Amino acid sequence: MARIVVDVMPKPEILDPQGKAVTGALQRLGHQGLTVRQGKRFEIEVDGEVTDERLDEVRQAAETVLANTVIEQFDVRVEEA
Amino acid sequence: MAIKIGVVTFPGSLDDHDALRAVRLSGAEAVSLWHASDSLDEVDAIILPGGFSYGDYLRCGAIARFSPVMSSVIDAANAGMPVLGICNGFQVLCESHLLPGAMIRNESRHFICRDQRLRVESSDTAWTGDFAVGDEITIVLKNGEGNYQADSETLKRIEDNGQVVFRYLDNPNGSINDIAGITNERGNVVGLMPHPEHNVEELTSPSLDGVKFFSSVHRFLAGVGV
Repeated sequence: MARIVVDVMPKPEILDPQGKAVTGALQRLGHQGLTVRQGKRFEIEVDGEVTDERLDEVRQAAETVLANTVIEQFDVRVEEA
Repeated sequence: MAIKIGVVTFPGSLDDHDALRAVRLSGAEAVSLWHASDSLDEVDAIILPGGFSYGDYLRCGAIARFSPVMSSVIDAANAGMPVLGICNGFQVLCESHLLPGAMIRNESRHFICRDQRLRVESSDTAWTGDFAVGDEITIVLKNGEGNYQADSETLKRIEDNGQVVFRYLDNPNGSINDIAGITNERGNVVGLMPHPEHNVEELTSPSLDGVKFFSSVHRFLAGVGV
């Protein structure tokens, strides 16, 4: 079974309130100099081979469903078993 | 014959019944529409209510956007039918690309629930014709992700086109340009984060400023011969 991973992150220019909250919590715990931005990771199990067509299909799904490209960017990659 | 206004119920909608009640109080026939059916039951206008459709999973409004009813709502909106998206409904309209931009979490990271003062910026929509530009109104606001954002090009376009319909008088959530509500180019689709359906009765409302949303759409529909 092959796996495709889609990472979705808020665009750099978009404020990330969750990441800011995590950054603040880390600072309170004594971790200085760490700035966090928080995103989402989708792990997609694919029946059969990951062909170029399958990858394109997942890119299309990421574009239309997994990410809102108004505020987010995404990255699609195949994870080797 | 009374006009018919439909209110869509998604799994997780909360304010559908308040919206139906506000529709009835305005003198229109209130029609419940169901997310899993693509029938709009011959309504003249549609409201997408507040709540947490599909548990806000993925992103607010993202899964609702792909429900069967929304394909009909999108077609009807593109054909000119008045559509009002309130709070979660506004998020669904943005996810559907019927309105530009998107909502992110409030800048303060707090859920905000308060009587919110707004300035009316456009009376040139199906839902705001009974207001005057510059009117200052108070409408209930209650959300955690009401922070409106759009890229600079989109922002310039909606500002230049007069598509900003409401602005916050004291921005509660970090929305860009104090934007509380917007419309599409045609003016038939309006989305806003505050809840006009909660401001239609003296018993439970600090203002009755929500009434004009409903009277506006009555007047709009009368004007186009419904």
